[in-house]
Amino acid sequence: SPRRHPSPYRLCLGISISLPACFSSWWSEVQMGPPDPILGVSEAYKRDTNPKKINLGVGAYRDDQGKPFVLSCVRKAEAQIAAKKLDKEYLAIGGLGDFNKACAKLALGDDNEVIKSGRNITVQTISGTGSLRIGANFLSRFHTEAREVYLPTPSWGNHTPIFRDAGMQLKAYTYYDPKTCGFDFQGALNDISKIPAKSVIMLHACAHNPTGVDPRPEQWKEIAELVKKRNLLVFFDMAYQGFASGDIDRDAWAVRYFIEQGHNILLSQSFAKNMGLYGERVGGFTVVCKDAEEAKRVESQLKILIRPIYSNPPMNGARIAATILNTPDLYKEWLGEVHGMANRIITMRELLVANLKKEGSTKNWQHVIDQIGMFCFTGLKPEQVERLTKEFSVYMTKDGRISMAGVTSGNVGYLAQGIHSVTK
Amino acid sequence: MSLFGEVPQATPVAVFKVTNDFKEDPNPKKVNLGVGAYRTDEGQPWVLPVVKKVEKIIVADDSLNHEYLPILGLPEFRSSASKIALGEDSPAIQENRVGAVQCLGGTGALKIGAEFLRRWYNGNNNTRTPVYVSAPTWENHNAVFVNAGFEDVRPYKYWDAEKRGLDLSGFLGDLERRKLFVFFDSAYQGFASGCLDKDAWAVRYFITQGFEMFCAQSFSKNFGLYNERVGNLTIVARDPDNLKRVLSQMEKIVRVTWSNPPSQGARLVAVTLNNPELFSEWKDNVKTMADRVLSMRASLRAKLEALETPGTWDHITQQIGMFSFTGLNPNQVEYLIKEKSIYLMASGRINMCGLTTKNIDYVAESIHESVVNVQ
Repeated sequence: SPRRHPSPYRLCLGISISLPACFSSWWSEVQMGPPDPILGVSEAYKRDTNPKKINLGVGAYRDDQGKPFVLSCVRKAEAQIAAKKLDKEYLAIGGLGDFNKACAKLALGDDNEVIKSGRNITVQTISGTGSLRIGANFLSRFHTEAREVYLPTPSWGNHTPIFRDAGMQLKAYTYYDPKTCGFDFQGALNDISKIPAKSVIMLHACAHNPTGVDPRPEQWKEIAELVKKRNLLVFFDMAYQGFASGDIDRDAWAVRYFIEQGHNILLSQSFAKNMGLYGERVGGFTVVCKDAEEAKRVESQLKILIRPIYSNPPMNGARIAATILNTPDLYKEWLGEVHGMANRIITMRELLVANLKKEGSTKNWQHVIDQIGMFCFTGLKPEQVERLTKEFSVYMTKDGRISMAGVTSGNVGYLAQGIHSVTK
Repeated sequence: MSLFGEVPQATPVAVFKVTNDFKEDPNPKKVNLGVGAYRTDEGQPWVLPVVKKVEKIIVADDSLNHEYLPILGLPEFRSSASKIALGEDSPAIQENRVGAVQCLGGTGALKIGAEFLRRWYNGNNNTRTPVYVSAPTWENHNAVFVNAGFEDVRPYKYWDAEKRGLDLSGFLGDLERRKLFVFFDSAYQGFASGCLDKDAWAVRYFITQGFEMFCAQSFSKNFGLYNERVGNLTIVARDPDNLKRVLSQMEKIVRVTWSNPPSQGARLVAVTLNNPELFSEWKDNVKTMADRVLSMRASLRAKLEALETPGTWDHITQQIGMFSFTGLNPNQVEYLIKEKSIYLMASGRINMCGLTTKNIDYVAESIHESVVNVQ
């Protein structure tokens, strides 16, 4: 067919391009990357043909039938959005304004002085990972006085590579006590008291991942005071607001307390779990600044960081989240559904311990009930985990972490059997 | 004393500032020829009819949910998107040496590709490898590669300001005798000529010549899915083994950037591309957009020639796609913005989609004025 435009391509045909005589590849030196430990578990689970198999790997909520759960308020929000017949024009680099405002209010509380004075900047991000990454990039570029980020031991496996890739250095502070399967409060305070001034300290706001071990309010208060004394920059990761206790405000208590105490924090939020919007990639990144003027400067720099990564964020999930957060009866429904999810998990914890006792286990499993949120650090050792996977087709990460969301009233008995079998 | 006391105010990204200024302009005759998004002849955004149809299909499908996609994205999206670029019967695809990473728009695909290259191309972590981009190029290309760690992003001659066309000898001269890795940016397939295969000719030709390459694909324009961030990084490797190792490393990069990509837009595209009727309807929708742009090009050129605006204007119809480099200088651009409320980039770049049958006379006359009155 005739070309309407004189084509430069036609001229190229006449040019000979010399290629290397041996057709080697640019990629011969590229090593095979190790499989991602967390998501890799799901893939191994999929390949397993055992009908009794259980996936306790990735932290995605499942209902009591073991099925993914699309929240009713999400479906309603989607229907409302569809009826509006909106266009698909690019969002601003910082994302959907209605979402950003509601996201900040959810974390900090409607009446928070920070929001009223406009001294926070909140941008929409690609879920929690994207938020942490933008935060890490921001620290790397602007927090030049200290290069170190202190993570609790253990922390979410992806924290380390994210910060490292952004050019920060990783250090650790004591957190989990394997002897009690609980919080090593003194150990944490000891380590935090030695952290050099201006270093970044990462705190899990609630439902610590992977251990499920959270500080109590009075412990948070001491941590806040010590962190202030040490002059550390606080970075909160809040991926489970609502999911831990079932109560939005309770789960944000630590974040709000720290701000009240004068910490100008960084905050990552995810709506993957609490709204079940996993694959829509809905998150927020907040910097609490000195004042509104500083917030504007910080905002301008965040945009400069975001643009060369993905230009502007995806609309769909943010629109759903904003609709829910900004529509009173959807918001109410959502609070109920989050509470329901948290409750089911709490029930499974209780059932698991009850079944372990029924199996005849004499071990102390109290930590399964004391821990909170989606995950449980069982205390299982790697060899025991390996046996649990090989002999019972129970899939979990090597550190002994199980996703309680994968436990159902239908499989809890079998799970207890397996755990008892490898620990007795 | 704030830790961020020293954070300077950054200058805003130019193209968004243009749109911002346009929005704030009270002049009823204002025209936005800035950011690259399609507009109908009524000057409105256009959600493709096929997209509306597929959205309904998705909503009605109870088996769908909002679960995480795999790290590399929705498999049926990745493969069908690569087929669009390479052709249904591409020998490279048949030889199992084509893979893909679903990314956040074309930008995301460039980003992941750039991050991979910095780590694995030309030795490990070789940040001094020169990256050649056309002069001029999309301004974010520079930022993507610099932020991925490359220290040497340089131009190759491309645009001939006098001819208002391609500087081919300059182009070849800058790149001759070099062993180069090819990274195609395909943001407008279908949008340029109205024909998918025609617009993919260069990419497919390079494959016949035996190149390994990356191709960053965007479905923002040709599907009108701008804000859903639908992109695909297609990888053509020498053989399946190389491909496998490359994809495994891509996963690691994705995991520390966004973990896994957004599902809505990719699903929409996958459903469309994998259904013959919907695919056909999509191609029609694409042609509708391309044809309107072509008619605006013809119209603008004709009007400028009728006005006897000094200079030659055939470049308006010789150039292709959403944009035109008018050849207007910064003073003339400023005149258009300030005096006429016609918003365009300082480079003289206009978005043809911003032109409509209702505003084209005003724009043509204004360009005429700026060329005649402003040096």
